[in-house]
Amino acid sequence: MAEHMLIPGLLALASPYPALSATPLGSSPVQTALLVGGAVAVASAMVGLFTVVRGQSFAGHALGDVGTAGGSVSYLFGLDVLVGFVGIALITAALMDLFGIDREEGRDVATGGVLGSMLGVGALLLYLDSTLPGSSGSAMVILFGSLFSIPGAAVPFAIMLSLLVAGGVGLLFRPLLLDSVNSDLARASGIRRRVVGRMYLLLLALGIALSSLTIGAILSTALLVGPAAAAAVLFRRPLHAFLAAVAVSVLSVWAGIFLSYYSYYWPPYGHGWPVSFFVVAIIFATYLGARGYCQTLGRRTGSIPGPLPTLDRGPL
Amino acid sequence: MSDLIAAQPGNTGEVLSLDGVTVWLSGRTVLDDVSFSLHQGQLAGLIGSNGAGKTTILRVILGLQSVASGLVNIRPGFRPGKPGGIGYVPQKVVIGKDVPLRARDLVGLGLDGARAGFPFPSRAKRLAADQMLEAVGMTGFANARVGSLSGGELQRVLIAHSLVSKPSLLLLDEPLANLDIASEQDVVALLSRLCREQEIAVLVTAHDVNPLLSVMDRVIYVARGNVASGTTGEVIRQDVLSALYGHHVDVLRVHNRILVVAEAGLEPQSGDTERQFGAQGDSGAPGEAGSTGPDANG
Repeated sequence: MAEHMLIPGLLALASPYPALSATPLGSSPVQTALLVGGAVAVASAMVGLFTVVRGQSFAGHALGDVGTAGGSVSYLFGLDVLVGFVGIALITAALMDLFGIDREEGRDVATGGVLGSMLGVGALLLYLDSTLPGSSGSAMVILFGSLFSIPGAAVPFAIMLSLLVAGGVGLLFRPLLLDSVNSDLARASGIRRRVVGRMYLLLLALGIALSSLTIGAILSTALLVGPAAAAAVLFRRPLHAFLAAVAVSVLSVWAGIFLSYYSYYWPPYGHGWPVSFFVVAIIFATYLGARGYCQTLGRRTGSIPGPLPTLDRGPL
Repeated sequence: MSDLIAAQPGNTGEVLSLDGVTVWLSGRTVLDDVSFSLHQGQLAGLIGSNGAGKTTILRVILGLQSVASGLVNIRPGFRPGKPGGIGYVPQKVVIGKDVPLRARDLVGLGLDGARAGFPFPSRAKRLAADQMLEAVGMTGFANARVGSLSGGELQRVLIAHSLVSKPSLLLLDEPLANLDIASEQDVVALLSRLCREQEIAVLVTAHDVNPLLSVMDRVIYVARGNVASGTTGEVIRQDVLSALYGHHVDVLRVHNRILVVAEAGLEPQSGDTERQFGAQGDSGAPGEAGSTGPDANG
């Protein structure tokens, strides 16, 4: 009991955070982080499954990286950082669409071209940020996120956007799945590919902006595609993989928040380790574990179910 | 060629007819006055070399390519993806190994893939999918990931995917490309069987007429944006194909196989025959090597 009383006292001296209490669940920044982080984790995993199936991780990564420019603008104008992330992601997605992200050939060129130019702008804006008085931490927040310092006003916005993304993915699920598997099959099924492709790009932009808020612009792709990639390795059914991606994503973010909270007790004492480090580490470990599991038990979860089936040639 | 087109007016089993279809693509005439028809229970081969206009014909039928003139008649009620519509198996479908999708799921998407929402499992959908997988002889693969299937197996699952909505017309774009000979014969026999069992019309594009010879009810031969259609006996003749190509071609029958050959440098190119028939077409090769340039590297 005495220890219990002592530690929060020490932490209160060392910590920059308000109202850090003995149990993480009793602390208001942790509650906010769990709430926003959980909502964002659901939304990005939902989008991420399709990013993995479509093989568009690079586009996702580019949308995340350009977030540095958006986040910096937010700081310059005193706006919420999420506003900048969302704004820049939407502009970049529109540019990518214009330059032909939908075509398989030239997709990477379209993405890379937009990414390169936007990162240049981002570099300038980040520099300008660093010249602002009292903005020493802004670059860290933009690049690597900070779930514990989300301003209260941003919480409803983040949750609303997450719900919007989740709803959009739910609505688009079947046509988007078929289009992601093979666009010709989608076209032959009467799916309006331009509409589905643009809707997906919009959801990707929002998903990556939310992910940037949680673990930063640079690492946002990890939260987007990591859980989905692990789930896709483990599960053969689209719906199972989808649910698993959401579960991995939410659990990774929550575990990252708790570990970050307790890392105040770790060296260097009194300075917590960043949430994003833990989240990305957990996701990566999960992915490696999933791969390893499938390699050793490939027959159960891998490509071929049980004994090798033989092709039934039928009464040909 | 127009006198060879089987008009057969008043035939109620007609599933598809193209009447004088002309297509321009960026100022070039890709299809020129193309007419042919297809009836229920018929398997037709759409035969021609690369760039002859096969894919454009498929795109016209699917409604993805607008026509400059002419009429495309598809039995009323046809809508891609809708029950009774057109089943379509595209060329070169590649699906990643880690894509979380079983054969049964892909066939199920043939039923409801265009609808909004999650693919929640249902007994009716599973039954329909499994029935279709059985029809293509893939029952044992229902739970296999589509990314793990071989070319021939995937081809069968794609056929099941496109037939599960019970279309009356099945289009396949080069289904025999990239298959080994055993799988090729499997797929051809399967298509012939499905054509009768499911009472559908099947249109298969191919660059080589031979694998389809034994099962085709009709052949639609495409060259330079023109077509000649009819039975193989009516179309694959020296006079008909010479008129179609616009220069003299020979039609040789060797070991129940058909070789369509032209003088060096003219279509059908000697390169094609070399690839298909090994050394047989090589007699005049040394002389033409220099003149045909890059085409002679086969």
